[in-house]
Amino acid sequence: MTPQRIDLAVVGAGPAGLAAATTAADLGLDTLLLDEQDGPGGQIYRGIERAPDGRNKTTPLGVDYLAGKPLAAALRASRAGYLPGTTVWHIDADGTLSVLDKNGSRTIRARRIVLATGAMERPVPIPGWTLPGVMTVGAAQILLKTGDLVPAGRSVLTGQGPLIWLAAAQLVRAGAPPALILETAPHRNYHAAARLLLRALWPARRQLAKGLGLIREVRGAGVPVVREAVGLAALGRGRLERVAWNGGEIAADLLLLHEGVIPNIQISLALGLEHRWDAAQLCWRPVADEWGATSLPTVAIAGDGAGIAGAEAAALTGRLAALDAAALLDKLDPAERDRRARPIRKALKRELAIRPLLDALYRPAPPVLVPPDDVVACRCEEVTVAQIRRAARLGAPGPNQAKAFTRCGMGPCQGRLCGPTVSAVMADALGKPIAEIGTYRPRAPYKPITLRALAGLGASPSAGS
Amino acid sequence: MFRKRPEGSAATVWVTVEGREVQVPAGASAAAALLLAGLAATRETAVSGAARGPYCLMGVCFECLAEIDGVPNCQSCMVTIGPGMAIRRQHGKRIATPQ
Ligand SMILES: Cc1cc2nc3c(=O)[nH]c(=O)nc-3n(C[C@H](O)[C@@H](O)[C@H](O)COP(=O)(O)OP(=O)(O)OC[C@H]3O[C@@H](n4cnc5c(N)ncnc54)[C@H](O)[C@@H]3O)c2cc1C
Ligand code: FES
Repeated sequence: MTPQRIDLAVVGAGPAGLAAATTAADLGLDTLLLDEQDGPGGQIYRGIERAPDGRNKTTPLGVDYLAGKPLAAALRASRAGYLPGTTVWHIDADGTLSVLDKNGSRTIRARRIVLATGAMERPVPIPGWTLPGVMTVGAAQILLKTGDLVPAGRSVLTGQGPLIWLAAAQLVRAGAPPALILETAPHRNYHAAARLLLRALWPARRQLAKGLGLIREVRGAGVPVVREAVGLAALGRGRLERVAWNGGEIAADLLLLHEGVIPNIQISLALGLEHRWDAAQLCWRPVADEWGATSLPTVAIAGDGAGIAGAEAAALTGRLAALDAAALLDKLDPAERDRRARPIRKALKRELAIRPLLDALYRPAPPVLVPPDDVVACRCEEVTVAQIRRAARLGAPGPNQAKAFTRCGMGPCQGRLCGPTVSAVMADALGKPIAEIGTYRPRAPYKPITLRALAGLGASPSAGS
Repeated sequence: MFRKRPEGSAATVWVTVEGREVQVPAGASAAAALLLAGLAATRETAVSGAARGPYCLMGVCFECLAEIDGVPNCQSCMVTIGPGMAIRRQHGKRIATPQ
């Protein structure tokens, strides 16, 4: 079968991808937006088209969630093609995308690609985190966004970051307040952040007020908060029964973890794009210029996948990537591109003003990156931190070699969840900076797929089969 | 582990979880159906047989592998439920990995 030919493929229909696809289509590019979810919105606006309309209805998810409505509506009104339920499982440097939907696998040939695959929650390896009943804060949010489901019984939220307060407020409004919040932000973060506060105070006043409002709302609802919690552990036999920390223990049915979000770099790593260790956000990020252009000429990257900046910034960087694509494909004069980019950059600068403060305030404590020895780092292959240390001592110079020693990163998640831990633990064991240790180089398929699907014979209900 | 919010949207879909009929809000995933049915543990690991359940619900961790309509190894958090969908826990099966 000859591949479908288009100007621009946008991978991911979160705010970045929605804005990129809509802008590109408006500029006359033959554009296709692909996403494995069954509706637009990405992580923040997941399930947005099912949400009630903003004006007269309310949702526990809040007004910021409803801000996704116009983005999704603009996509629907645009000439961009949109393929939901479509997983991109391979991208070739020449612009060929292999995609899988319920009818099987096929290829699309794009002159340019914008990756807008977003972020994932940072893995939080604590003792017992593999027990059923331990999930992420984002997972609970997803259940609320897509199914109006809330925790039954006693839920404990632990971690830090703006999202934990947002999620806690959403659960309070949904009638399912957490039994306890264990906040893990180390006290020294406050000192580091205090110095940055003055600079962010005015430009980021709106976001700061919002954040403080959420904390007040959660505390006002009577949710107890333990600050500077350390030594967290999930306890139970066969499933979560209790949550312990240095100084206490509580019975719990559900433990929700969150230590911020990090770029989802599975595809950008597999493509061999240049990445660098971001010492402020403590994560790997692809190297991209002010238009999102990467070390591969056909591929640009927008949104949180290029570095965590939040949903509004994601939409702005999506627009910039689309403008650049239009200029590169001769649909837009470069001077006109620059002119149109100016107000977008101004807005982006405003959005980014709060980042240094948030990065300092919510910097994960060291054990999040380098957990205690007996903790499982690789959930799929059940490899502990101690085993990774041992591999480093036995001569594995980096994560890709540690795989061969321990099988870590060789399970179905392909290292998505152990990658950050393996890099940090090896760096710690070898006394080297993480930047020098590197990270996994994953390979396609980005998700395990069957031969049946490869043969174009139709896929089973998911790409995971 | 999870319950439906009473004020939530009215549209629901009937599916079966482990052969038992469960009414699930439309738009939810098969993993959500497992959780709504009260199943915390949805599979066992291939390595040690330890109980596991969904962790991320966004397609990253592959902990939610389940059997859907007879097909094993489905990433159940990425599958939206449909009427009559049959969802089952998965016991110790190993997924083919690309490496
Ligand atoms: C679970 C979770 C919940 C979050 N909730 C909030 C929130 O409520 N409020 C907030 O301010 N921020 C939230 N964030 C932060 C979030 O990163 C936002 O800032 C925003 O969603 C980023 O937008 P984006 O467009 O860059 O990417 P995303 O919104 O993450 O969109 C990426 C899209 O790419 C798709 N995708 C990824 N890989 C593939 C592939 N191989 N093939 C096809 N499609 C693919 C995904 O399905 C997804 O729809 C959340 C993050 C996570 C991880
Ligand atoms: S729960 Fe993580 S992939 Fe489904």
